[in-house]
Amino acid sequence: MAAATGARIGVVTFPGTLDDRDAARAVRLAGAEAVALWHADDDLQGVDAVVLPGGFSYGDYLRAGAIARFAPMMDKIVDAAHGGLPVLGICNGFQLLTESHLLPGSMIKNNHLHFICREQVLTVENASTVWTNEYAAGERITIPLKNQDGQYVADERTLDELEGEGRVAFRYEGVNPNGSRRGIAGITNARGNVVGLMPHPEHAVEAGFGPDSEHGAKAGTDGLRFFTSVIASLVHA
Amino acid sequence: MGRVVVDVMPKPEILDPQGKAVVGALPRLGFTQFTSVRQGKRFELEVEGPVTPEILAAAQQAAETLLSNPVIEDVVRVADAS
Repeated sequence: MAAATGARIGVVTFPGTLDDRDAARAVRLAGAEAVALWHADDDLQGVDAVVLPGGFSYGDYLRAGAIARFAPMMDKIVDAAHGGLPVLGICNGFQLLTESHLLPGSMIKNNHLHFICREQVLTVENASTVWTNEYAAGERITIPLKNQDGQYVADERTLDELEGEGRVAFRYEGVNPNGSRRGIAGITNARGNVVGLMPHPEHAVEAGFGPDSEHGAKAGTDGLRFFTSVIASLVHA
Repeated sequence: MGRVVVDVMPKPEILDPQGKAVVGALPRLGFTQFTSVRQGKRFELEVEGPVTPEILAAAQQAAETLLSNPVIEDVVRVADAS
């Protein structure tokens, strides 16, 4: 599919990644070209942004994201992220961003120990990152949540910093699904180019295949604006 | 052949959901005397020769960078177990 906007967004595949195809599809539906990036390569192919998709890289062995963090492609991404490259980490991608120290804190097993899979309501708390600028602050969105190690933890000082600097990007609405500290579902770095969250925006991008919404069964597309946000910020950059 | 043992435990202030599940199961087998369980990880690193101070220092470094995540875990032991 020709990319309407000219933006090229990389989607990284690690051994055990599950959601790379869905993420690439979301990128295309948003109007950009999806570029497949392989973990063992060290060439970012000049992409304008990167998505680290969900799944179980290296089987979650050791800790979720702990081994993938040392892939050659991750070295390039960490360097580029420090230089301002937009990076979105979804689920295992979020775990990878914390293991890479691009985002603070970590994820441990859900407090109830069960794998959880549900349509989750989130509040968008920071609508000024490159991945969230097409949302409104305080807006509620519904996207799928599916994980086992989804409990976000950090020390109190870090949590206070995140809150004080407006770096809590998303919070779980209603019952906390996994015991995450302060109901945190996703965070951003100070610059707003690196965002990580446990729920899956790439699974809510096309009517007929998303969560239920007021427009009908499976009609929810609340996740699409992650991808149109980054495209908008690239076009206006 | 030498062997270094590295023990990693969840930080005391981090809730350990696995330990919690284990302590919940123990009374079902009649073990009612254990009030708390915390579950950690043990790594055994083998080397060709003897375990030298340099090997131990390298194991300590590996323990802190890859084998543990300092946000949620502590390296509680790095020892020659040859």
